[in-house]
Amino acid sequence: MPGQQELQVQQKREVEKAQEATRPMRAFLPNTDIFETEDTLTLVLEMPGVDRENIDLNVENGVLTVEGRIDFNKYAGLQPVYSEYNVGPYRRSFRISGMIDQDKITAELSDGVITLVLPKAERAKPRRIAIG
Amino acid sequence: MIMRYADPFDTLFAFQQALENRQLSDWLGSSTAGMGSYPPINVFQQGDDLVAIIELPGVNKAEINIQAKGDTIRIAGRKSIDYPEDVSLHRRERLSGAFDRTLVVPMQIEPDAIKAEYNNGLLALFIPRAEQDKPRTIQIR
Repeated sequence: MPGQQELQVQQKREVEKAQEATRPMRAFLPNTDIFETEDTLTLVLEMPGVDRENIDLNVENGVLTVEGRIDFNKYAGLQPVYSEYNVGPYRRSFRISGMIDQDKITAELSDGVITLVLPKAERAKPRRIAIG
Repeated sequence: MIMRYADPFDTLFAFQQALENRQLSDWLGSSTAGMGSYPPINVFQQGDDLVAIIELPGVNKAEINIQAKGDTIRIAGRKSIDYPEDVSLHRRERLSGAFDRTLVVPMQIEPDAIKAEYNNGLLALFIPRAEQDKPRTIQIR
């Protein structure tokens, strides 16, 4: 049953490069839940260590891109001795098509989790079809 | 080995490489209890003291229970995910459930002086090294 099992570590997946990056830095895919209600599509992304001001949301050509940068200054003076996970920016893109009202997307950050609520455009909402 | 470079991107990459080089390093010695279980831990040295940074996104601060005794630190709790009713789930990658792991530190620490902070889904434990365990300079007479 979900919620009852013991939590397992999820290895971070690296962003697969669509283009060759000019910087050797690694970026990671945030673990994401997506669910839909009648009126909205909700995306929930885990980006631990990302501050509110370091999140970029961008919609271009029907693609929503979420980017979270890590402030590495917080690690200044810290010398790693033992590591189980790597640290780097998060990046993920979603094709959202015309069903979303792009001007009304809202975002909320809490405990390293960003929740994006994407309201559906009027014409994309489900309609009950009466049988004539 | 404090890293300072003119180019911030070089700094970041050097930091990522330093983490990778310490991946599951033998720093913990034989005390591998809990190694690799949830939640994942990075340990850093800061001067004489230690800082453990633990990824726990989406966990209510009140649900995290930290205990320290001797050289052992226990981190336990529960991560809950609530979906609203009447949704259709398209993708589900986030995991929820209970966690309980211990970290045995290979040095003497002050368990009563450990400080914990939880911010943006990261739990940071500031672990002071025991006074008697700190290296001393020995004068030659």
